[in-house]
Amino acid sequence: MASAAPPTSLVRRASAILYRRRGLRLFLLLGLPVLWLVGVYGGSLLSLLTQSFFRLDSFAGTIDRTPTLATWRDLFTGANMAVVGRTFTMAASVTIAAVIVALPLAYYIARFASRRTRAWMILAVLLPLWSSYLVRVYAWKLILAAEGIINWFLTRIGLGPVLDVVLDLPVIGGPSLSTSYLGQFIVFLYIWLPYMILPVETALERVPNSYLEASADLGAKPLTTFRRVVWPLAIPGIAAGSIFTFSLTLGDYIIPTIIGDSSPFIGLAIYSQQGVAGNLPLAAAFSFVPIAIMTVYLTIARRMGAFEAL
Amino acid sequence: MRSKLIVWLGVIALVAAACGDGGGDGASELPTEIGEGEGQVNIVAWAGYIEDGSTDPNYDWVTTFEEATGCQVNVKTAGTSDEMVALMTGSTEYDLVTASGDSSNRLIAGGTVQEINIDLIDAWDTVDPRLQDAPWHTVDGKHYGVPYEWGANVLAYNTEVFGDTPPTSWSVVFEEQTLPDGESNAGRVQAYDGPIYVADAALYMGVANPYALSDQQYQDALNLLRGQRELVGRYWHDAFIQIEDFTNEGVVASSSWPFQVNILQASGAPIASVFPTEGATGWADTTLMHSSAPNPNCAYMWLNHSITPKLQGDLAAWFGTVPAVLAACEGNELLGPDGCNTNGLGSFDQIKFWQTPTENCLGAGGTCVPYYKWVTDYLAVIGGR
Repeated sequence: MASAAPPTSLVRRASAILYRRRGLRLFLLLGLPVLWLVGVYGGSLLSLLTQSFFRLDSFAGTIDRTPTLATWRDLFTGANMAVVGRTFTMAASVTIAAVIVALPLAYYIARFASRRTRAWMILAVLLPLWSSYLVRVYAWKLILAAEGIINWFLTRIGLGPVLDVVLDLPVIGGPSLSTSYLGQFIVFLYIWLPYMILPVETALERVPNSYLEASADLGAKPLTTFRRVVWPLAIPGIAAGSIFTFSLTLGDYIIPTIIGDSSPFIGLAIYSQQGVAGNLPLAAAFSFVPIAIMTVYLTIARRMGAFEAL
Repeated sequence: MRSKLIVWLGVIALVAAACGDGGGDGASELPTEIGEGEGQVNIVAWAGYIEDGSTDPNYDWVTTFEEATGCQVNVKTAGTSDEMVALMTGSTEYDLVTASGDSSNRLIAGGTVQEINIDLIDAWDTVDPRLQDAPWHTVDGKHYGVPYEWGANVLAYNTEVFGDTPPTSWSVVFEEQTLPDGESNAGRVQAYDGPIYVADAALYMGVANPYALSDQQYQDALNLLRGQRELVGRYWHDAFIQIEDFTNEGVVASSSWPFQVNILQASGAPIASVFPTEGATGWADTTLMHSSAPNPNCAYMWLNHSITPKLQGDLAAWFGTVPAVLAACEGNELLGPDGCNTNGLGSFDQIKFWQTPTENCLGAGGTCVPYYKWVTDYLAVIGGR
């Protein structure tokens, strides 16, 4: 049986084996990433979530590892569902506000800024992300404090009563900006804004100038052009940015600790249940909630084309 | 073929992850001597309890220890007893914990801490006799820790707001009222965010033992706390954030520790504290050792160091506590001759020290509300329910 002269050097032999065995090639290329994704990430998530089927032996603070649904029943009580509702409302309002703030800025960066200005503006948007998250939140705590600079400035220009009226509003007001939902909302909005601006800017960049010119030629006023041409094309970018603002607000536990009136949010509830109560099963059950909400949200976002704009 | 490969890799990984749950529990017999230091000791402590001079160079009782024994001290601060319990039960990396009475019994019952051989504690006899066999660290005649310091949860208030009429009752934080400066106290007070605070509400209502509450007393306390929720701007958890709130947020009154009051006064803030007429809850802290402490020898060395009179006096001056070693009250520069009295030495019998409420009313008979209900209900109260 005639065959070609067999390759002699090690490298050539290895190369030949890899060429022939597709499975081995795949294993070597994908093995480690899949191991990380499924093993480390998926495995740790799974081991956390299985905790939710245990319950806490309250006096000694140890976990009783017999499978039970008691912890899930604890999750669906009024107090805990109020936490979910509160977090969801905050996440939704932050997302909507982020869209309203980000859209004009992204539109300017994408359509009107020159090449160089665009680079500097993107840099400016990203600059806060270079500093520590905690430092920024503590800075806002000082800014929003009753003796902070916002209060001082408004009093100086005579708008003190306006601030008082705002703080007297029923749900969102409070003794000071720093201990109210309004203050929390402002800080959340500030922290997540870069994550909304960038995807929207990317989506708007992709709108060809010819579309806008054609729309004007057909007799559309600028507002109509925006409504019928630009907005539908921006939606994938908005959906992509909203994934960030929504999911990050759902899980955050640092901002509600530092700003606000100590009302628990989902992240804070998980942190308290695990840290204060030592109740890891209930914390694990709570963790299911943002996962479930985000699964639904991501399915909707995918339909709206968010994944192409990321 | 490709998907099958991924599935197999995933299965292997999941099995490996699930099987990786080792957990040692060392039920060792009592050590009979202190061996060579391991080079470090890890302590879970309240903020301000273990100072190495970095906050204020005058207050440093760590550097001399590290130089003498070669054991590097690593501190993990915790804000509440529950956090301490969670840290100690959740890992085996900590050696010691300065636990209050409401966490020490839980740690002992759960087997998380080990019995201490008091023969290895040279100065054991100098410890205040009232604390030597206290029920929160001595169970069945076995000692599980070395007493550290004790003190009260005082009422801290703003002297400018109260002027000539300082508060004398906890009502300023529990009930809506107009303060001497003409404004309501709503939104200007704080409360502790640890569930043990339910005892403070019970104490204000006049219950004899605020840690053994009947159902009716417990419900009344919860209703009082729900009313308080309307007045509280923010619940405090971290001592340093509360210090900032007193300075920047216009907080006028709150339950607090002498630690915050001392720091505020040192920085010139108009804050003072008072021991109200209804009494106060307090804490008698004990240093306990983890049952699987990675550095037991350094831990015993620290236990011995913790009851040296200089440390005890310095800590009492810094935090505003009373030492467990009464000899420390004399001859300490930082504490001064009157320091122990100022910090409440004479009030030992009036303070209701933190304990973990149990179903059997702490052994007194009858049925009481156990601590896990306190936790769930208090977290709900903070959430507005």
